[in-house]
Amino acid sequence: MRPTYLLIILPGVSTLDLARTQFAITTLFHFIFVPMSIGLAAFVALCQTLHYRTGRDVYLLMTRFWGKFLLISVAVGVVTGIVMEFQFGMNWSQYSRYVGDIFGAPLAMEGLIAFFLESTFLGLWIFGWGRLSPKLHLLTAWCVAVGTMISAYFILAANSWMQHPVGYAINHVSHRAELKSIFAVLTNSTVLLAFPHTAFGALTTAGMLIIGICAFQLIRRRPSDVVTRSLRLALPITVVTAIVTLGFGHFQGQLMEKQQPMKMAAAEVLYNSTNSASFSIFAYGPFQSHPAKLTHDLRIPDVLSLLATDTLHGRVEGIRQIQAQEVKKYGPGNYIPNLAVTYWTFRLMIGAGILMLLIAFIGVVQQRRGRIERSRWFQRVAIVGILLPILANWTGWMFTEMGRQPWVVYGLLKTSDARSPNVASWEVVLTLAGFIVVLGTVTAVGAWLMLKEAKHGPDDESTPGATSGPSAPATAPDLVMAY
Amino acid sequence: MHHSPDFLQALWFILLGILWTGFFVLEGFDFGVGMLVRGLGRDQVQKRMIIHTIGPVWDGNEVWLIVAGAGTFAAFPQWYASTFSGFYLALFLVVVAIVARGVSFEFWGKVDSPRWRATWEWTLAIASGAAALLFGVAWADFVQGVPMNAAYVVHASLWDLLHPYALLGGLTFVALFLTHGAIFLTLRTKGQVADRARKLARRTAPLAALLTIAFLIWTCSDQSWGAAVVVLSAIAVALVLLTPALLSGGTGRAFATSVGTIVVLMVALLAALYPNALPSTTNHAFDLTLAAASSTSYTLTVMTVVAIIFVPIVLLYQGWTYWVFRHRLGRDDFEGPFTPMAVLERHPVFGAKGVAGTDEQPSSKV
Repeated sequence: MRPTYLLIILPGVSTLDLARTQFAITTLFHFIFVPMSIGLAAFVALCQTLHYRTGRDVYLLMTRFWGKFLLISVAVGVVTGIVMEFQFGMNWSQYSRYVGDIFGAPLAMEGLIAFFLESTFLGLWIFGWGRLSPKLHLLTAWCVAVGTMISAYFILAANSWMQHPVGYAINHVSHRAELKSIFAVLTNSTVLLAFPHTAFGALTTAGMLIIGICAFQLIRRRPSDVVTRSLRLALPITVVTAIVTLGFGHFQGQLMEKQQPMKMAAAEVLYNSTNSASFSIFAYGPFQSHPAKLTHDLRIPDVLSLLATDTLHGRVEGIRQIQAQEVKKYGPGNYIPNLAVTYWTFRLMIGAGILMLLIAFIGVVQQRRGRIERSRWFQRVAIVGILLPILANWTGWMFTEMGRQPWVVYGLLKTSDARSPNVASWEVVLTLAGFIVVLGTVTAVGAWLMLKEAKHGPDDESTPGATSGPSAPATAPDLVMAY
Repeated sequence: MHHSPDFLQALWFILLGILWTGFFVLEGFDFGVGMLVRGLGRDQVQKRMIIHTIGPVWDGNEVWLIVAGAGTFAAFPQWYASTFSGFYLALFLVVVAIVARGVSFEFWGKVDSPRWRATWEWTLAIASGAAALLFGVAWADFVQGVPMNAAYVVHASLWDLLHPYALLGGLTFVALFLTHGAIFLTLRTKGQVADRARKLARRTAPLAALLTIAFLIWTCSDQSWGAAVVVLSAIAVALVLLTPALLSGGTGRAFATSVGTIVVLMVALLAALYPNALPSTTNHAFDLTLAAASSTSYTLTVMTVVAIIFVPIVLLYQGWTYWVFRHRLGRDDFEGPFTPMAVLERHPVFGAKGVAGTDEQPSSKV
């Protein structure tokens, strides 16, 4: 056996907990910049299309300015993504053996179809200015945007299979899940809703970033054509994408009620099945399941039933009843996820989503009235608003993954059976610390570069061909390799 | 029970072999160029020139590794699970090296101080060398096998993976990639950098040749009859391929030989591995065969269809990228913008005349 002295330092923390922590932390690092890059790729391609169509310089400046943020976010996303791919095999080898026949396929398709497209055409796009014809160069921008979207689809199809396994059969000799229909996996009802939710969420993420950075320019009293145009484009788009994201989220909730009733019941801390279920706004207390206990709980009558079933008196299953059903179905065990986490991440996600919609909507109104350049309070709110999509992306993933516990593949494989048996806890601690340092550094650099570019601001079209801004000549030519 | 792989399993073994070989051919010169940034670049412009020879392509080259990893997951999940969990700390070091390389590109030009740049040049050089070494060690271990039980669970510490044969594999990869990178630089640059790279390649090529042949002989000494024939002929081919690299002045031909050597080496390693995915040094009865490691034939069929459609498309557009960026880099290229950020900041389309340097690229026709 391996040395277990670290367990003395970390009493009560199992290797399983450590492996889960490692997956969670590396995933959260991954989700800071990746949704941003998906949204920005589409936005940059849109700006370049507008320039191609209208020939107006402002759209070219926008393409280049927001293109820099795209580069930074892709750089960090790629690096954190490599860590993600290695993790399945490193910490979760039993999971990989069990689901490899199914889960590996969308992952490999993601690499072959999407990653190659994205990375190769990003290189072409960056270094192809002036070398490729404008039309061809525009096409490379769209290849990058389409590549990011395709990659999101495949990885979500893989994740959706963990939420709602379809198109498979269990081989009782090898004790592994085997793929029976790739079409069923790729058209899983879960991914058909998860993809638009995530894709529009990514567009909203990029939209909020653009709005925030424009507000940052305005607060520094550096209004420009680029800022005005970007706001005119990003504000209404963000209103629409935020609404669509929330809308698909609502349908996902209804589907979840059918596919993973426990997750929904846990999200609402609904202990007992009931008709006319109320919707909890704010609750605190120990969030225990045995005995059921919440000290304070503010609820709106009937709303949960309405949201989940489209009728005021629809029946919503409670935690206790589902637990009893699952014990009957899967054998003895605790099938209740961490209630406090599930409840609060769900609310933080929705809350952040509504706030984003509100900010973008107020922005549209302010801009229509021509007040956006003077409205200091809105500018401050919009800058803070850059963090909201990150919060929503984080809590959304925490909710969907932790709400599925104790399962790693719903109904098929428990997280506790998925771990690598040959990896000792000191090794997980060591690599966890290492990944935090490495990914933390990379993320900090990404954020710092973005701040630097935001401070630098967009180029000024009055000085064509020259670097703008007082600090530019010293630093700009040596700004090497943003990825 | 299952021993010899069926057609689809053999096909996927070959496909993954192609992905790994492609990765080493492409990322091999990236590693080499990374290792050489301090050795061959005397001033800032030269160092930038060296880094920028791989600027537009290294990200795409790294995707070969990602697809090889994901392809292994899809086609041979047991192989993926056994190696990734069994090579735990080694893989962690690989990830750190790959990330450190990427970060050093980013950091290098951000602060205008010689000390700062030196730090990141060293990081780039060491991380590139370490990555090459680790991949060589890993492939030697794949071929020789690791302590593994009947359930295909590997129990090996980091030290178990660092035996002399594996270290020889690691050193072979380092020497080979160093030479490959130097030859790549002679192909992609002009002037002093190209001269120095050519001189260096002439010196490292014999070393790489010696190591490659020693590694191949050791590999073959351990092998069954059929694999030994392949490995022995690989040695012969490697000898033939390496000789002109030492003598000829033609850089294109030299590059072809270093590519050829990497391909030959990988073919030999794959032949020695076949029909296993990962042999067990505990007991050969526990060898993880390709047949035992593989996905169902349905999954392999699906993946084959996807590969048949998309692999040619990928090769086509990646090849096109190298065509677009084929011109040699010289000092005059670096008066104007060439970094991703600088390219976005000011490019020739904007302002009719373009910026100084970019409109006078006599090299672009070469």
